[in-house]
Order: sequence, then C-alpha cells, then structure tokens
Amino acid sequence: MALQVTRFSAWNVLKNGFIGQSGWSRQWRDPEPKSKYDIVIVGGGLHGLATAYYLAKNFNLKNIAVVEKGWIGGGNAGRNTTIVRSNYMLKGNREFYEHSLKLWENLSHDLNYNVMFSQRSHITLYHTPSALDSAARRYNIMRQTGSDAEIWSRSKLEKKIPHLNYAKNARFPIYGSLVQKRAGTARHDAVAWGYARAADKLGVDIIQKCEVTAIDRKGQKINSLQTNRGKISAKKIALAVAGNTSRLWHLANLGNLPIESHKLQAFVTEPLKPLLDQVVVFGVGGAHFYISQSDKGGLVFGGDIDWYKSYAQRGNLPIVQDVAESAISLMPCLGRVKLLRHWSGIVDMSMDGSFFMCKTPIDNLYLNAGWNYGGFKASPASGWYFADLIANDRPSEIIKNHDLERFKRGHYIDESGAGPDTKLHG
Amino acid sequence: MIQIECPFCGKRDQSEFSYGREGQITFPALNADENSWYDAVFLRKNTYGRQIETWQHTHGCRSWLLVERDTVTHKIFSVKLAHTDWQEQIKKTT
Ligand SMILES: Cc1cc2nc3c(=O)[nH]c(=O)nc-3n(C[C@H](O)[C@H](O)[C@H](O)COP(=O)(O)OP(=O)(O)OC[C@H]3O[C@@H](n4cnc5c(N)ncnc54)[C@H](O)[C@@H]3O)c2cc1C
Ligand SMILES: [Zn+2]
Repeated sequence: MALQVTRFSAWNVLKNGFIGQSGWSRQWRDPEPKSKYDIVIVGGGLHGLATAYYLAKNFNLKNIAVVEKGWIGGGNAGRNTTIVRSNYMLKGNREFYEHSLKLWENLSHDLNYNVMFSQRSHITLYHTPSALDSAARRYNIMRQTGSDAEIWSRSKLEKKIPHLNYAKNARFPIYGSLVQKRAGTARHDAVAWGYARAADKLGVDIIQKCEVTAIDRKGQKINSLQTNRGKISAKKIALAVAGNTSRLWHLANLGNLPIESHKLQAFVTEPLKPLLDQVVVFGVGGAHFYISQSDKGGLVFGGDIDWYKSYAQRGNLPIVQDVAESAISLMPCLGRVKLLRHWSGIVDMSMDGSFFMCKTPIDNLYLNAGWNYGGFKASPASGWYFADLIANDRPSEIIKNHDLERFKRGHYIDESGAGPDTKLHG
Repeated sequence: MIQIECPFCGKRDQSEFSYGREGQITFPALNADENSWYDAVFLRKNTYGRQIETWQHTHGCRSWLLVERDTVTHKIFSVKLAHTDWQEQIKKTT
C-alpha cells in the first residue's frame, strides 16, 4: 500500500501554517514483514537505512526490507557526537570518506529532509611544532587528493575561537591547528529519519521491533532468518549491526572476527548561548576530547572508550572524570556548566581502526562493520558502496581492501599506527 | 564502578587496572604456521555474556589476572592470578 507522504517545501510549510499543521502525513509506513524478500538488511541504524536507500535509488531494486530489533536510530545512530569530516589519509579510506563528505553536502536536498548538516569547520589542536608538522603531512595528502585543509596559527585561533585556554602556563599550551572547513556536524536523528523516509518512498519495508534471533544456514548459503516476528527468507542478506556484529556472526556459526565491542560515551550540557562555532579536538598527553555546540545550545562532547570490552550500553565513571578534566583544561569557562545527560553506545572496534565492507564465507551474506568511533560521517558512503557491493556481488575498487582477510595479507589500514589492539583505535 | 578483587591487593577500583584481552587466547609456538598466529593476534570471540579475560593491576602490584566477567552486566564471578607459577619464577630469579 503506497503512502502519500507530504513533501517538505517552503510552500508546504507556509500552507500548514494556515491550516494548523494538519496537512502533514505519516513519514513512512509500518508494514508487516513479508515472508520473502530479495534483500534483507539486518540493522536499522544509519548504515542499514542508507544501504536500503541507495539499493533502491542507484540500482532500482525493489523487494527490500530493513529489520531492526528496536526502533530505527536507537543504536549508535542516535548516540553519537555527530562529527563529520574526511581527514583520513590512507588509500581506500581517503577516497571513501571524501565521497561521503560530498554526499553529505547534498544530502538534505537528495532526501528532501533537513539533516541540518552544518559545515562549521573541524579544528584539531596541536601543541608542539613537530606534532603540527606530522599532521601537516596528512593534510597535504588531503589537499593532493581533492579535499580541503588549512593550517591555523595560534594567533588566528585566538581570534576565531576566543574561549579556548590560551594561557602561556597551560599544561599543554596551544601551538597551532589543522582545519578542515568543509567538516562539521549534522543532526543524527534526522539522518536516520531522512534515509528511512526516502527509502520507504522507494518501496523499502522498514520493520521495527523485529529482532533476528537465529540464522538458518545450509552450507554456503543462508536460507532464512528467524525473527521474533516470524521467519523471513531472502536471496541476499546484509549485516549492518555495528556493535552487535559478533553476535550475528556467531548465530551464523562463522567463528571469530577481528572485531571487539566496546562502549563509547557522549555528554551534553545544559543549553547555553552561542559559545563555540566549530568542532574542536584536543588530544595530547593521553587526553582525547572533542566538543561542539548543538543548535539547541548544549555543548556536545566526548572522549575515549571505556577501555574494556562491554555490551552494557552505559558508561563508566572514570571516563566521566577524564572527559571533565579535558573539558576544563581546554575551556576553563565551562567550570560551572551543568551536565545534562551522558550515555553510551556499543561501538564495533576493529583490529586496525578501519571498517569492513565485504563478501563473506557465505555466498549470499554481506558484511558492513568495524566502524569504531567514526561511522556517523561514513553513513552516506557506507550505504552507497555497500549497496554497490550487494547489487553487483563484488566490491568496488575503493573498498576492495576493506575485507576480513586483509590482516592475513598484511594489509592493515591503520590510520593511527596503533597495532592490533582494538581499544587503541580511538 | 567495576571493582576487581586482586588476590594480592584486595578489592580495588577498575581504574587501577588495564584490560588485556580474551583469556582463552594462547599464543602459538614461534615456528607455528601463520594461520594460528593470525587467529591469536587478530580474531576475537567477542562474547556477549560471561567470559574469561585478562586484566593487569597496572597501578598496583602489576600482576596479570584472569577475571571471569559478564560483558553485559559487568558482574564479576571470579578473579585469579594468570601466572600461577609466580612463586617458582621468583625463586629462579633470586
Ligand atoms: C558515543 C558515540 C559517539 C560517536 N561519535 C561519532 C562522531 O562524532 N562521528 C562519527 O563519525 N561517528 C561517531 N560515532 C560512531 C557512529 O555512531 C557509528 O559508527 C555508527 O552509528 C554505526 O552505524 P549504524 O548507525 O548503522 O549503527 P547502529 O545505529 O548501532 O545500528 C545497528 C542497529 O542494528 C540493530 N540490531 C542489532 N542486532 C540486531 C538483531 N539481532 N536483529 C535486528 N536488528 C539488530 C541495533 O538495534 C541497531 O539499531 C559515535 C558512536 C558513539 C557510540
Ligand atoms: Zn594487585
């Protein structure tokens, strides 16, 4: 049953102003699961929803479902600090994240949904000349490969971001920074809803409260998925379940993965008047801290993962303390600001800090996982290239090394050079 | 906060310890084939629920411990020393 969804436009906003907002429709259907689909995507986070959208849009495929155990956007999709940037350096990652940023730049128009993408600049602070030099190498590579990057001196920073701690006697005085101006933030919920609405419009069934509980596998093929809403069979099955990847992998009896689930926390303060126009990253001497201000005025920030494996979806206190210390070192003016909420999500940390988007030992199973801290910015490109992988049954050139076997070949994609310990890939 | 009962130092906050890895991992012989090294270094069971894992009491006695913990509730069921032959090792080196 097709649903008549009202398009968002200036005209419709104006019109509804006169008719008491009564002209808006439901944004997407709530269908019962069918027993058979051509493609079933497990996981209604950003990656699952974006994949469904691009399968329908770029490849004109129809019979597709996204099954989500809770509600769409209730996983990491709705828990992240919404930073979007493309300052990755290594081959494969470089092209992938740049493509993602380009998709972000037109996403609201493409989806007819305001994802509030705000290119407010991403500023990484450095505290010694040598740290700035080595980071400049990364940013030069970005400039050589079609992206934007700038170096801002301390005096420029003082003008642009007046509230940072520029004290000469700070423990780690600010020396300079690297800046990606096209980077910024977006509204995470809107991205989930926008993709869901646009995918639904193209015929995708989005099925919430539908958990995959068992996988019926015969040899090299998966026949069907058992869910709490009945059995669903599909020609192709795609996993996009982020922190739950290992659980699904075990349901299919596929053994172990180069992935560990950890939790990452995020924090938001009470709303304040405009204070910070950019995304600022502070990382020195073991600290790791990133902060921006939401449109509602809350300061949104985060730090490191909780340092041990966990599926608990609630944060621990030592990290609250670490993050608060970083906040005060970087912006002493926050000393009296009240914390409103903090929460955590289960992130799928990989052995080299890069993602997996690949075929699997099972002929009709495709894997999308290993997003570490950074899968929000990746969402559009993740959907784009994952759809291409599923539709054409082969990875595109750009993601061909993002497979599970890369460690066997010695082909790590390790941006930070931290080695095979998942918790070090922050 | 998680508290871990160190056999030497008693009950201490988790922030004194650092998480190691899954406790079932044993490293193969140096001349073992690449596949068994690949398994040990890169692959994880990533258990949802009860698992045995290693922790080091970094800011205490520095012993490595085997801890049985639920990765969902964080409840700890048992803690013991990872190197049970520590007394003999000390005798050998002193
Ligand atoms: C605190 C925090 C801050 C972050 N900050 C940033 C940031 O600033 N920038 C950035 O780029 N990235 C960030 N990330 C990472 C980013 O949020 C994730 O990498 C990304 O959201 C993961 O993809 P997803 O949206 O598809 O995952 P999710 O939203 O987690 O989607 C996976 C879905 O699968 C569902 N599922 C699981 N098991 C089953 C099952 N058996 N059956 C059916 N459905 C199932 C889950 O319910 C879930 O909804 C952050 C993450 C966290 C937790
Ligand atoms: Zn001890």
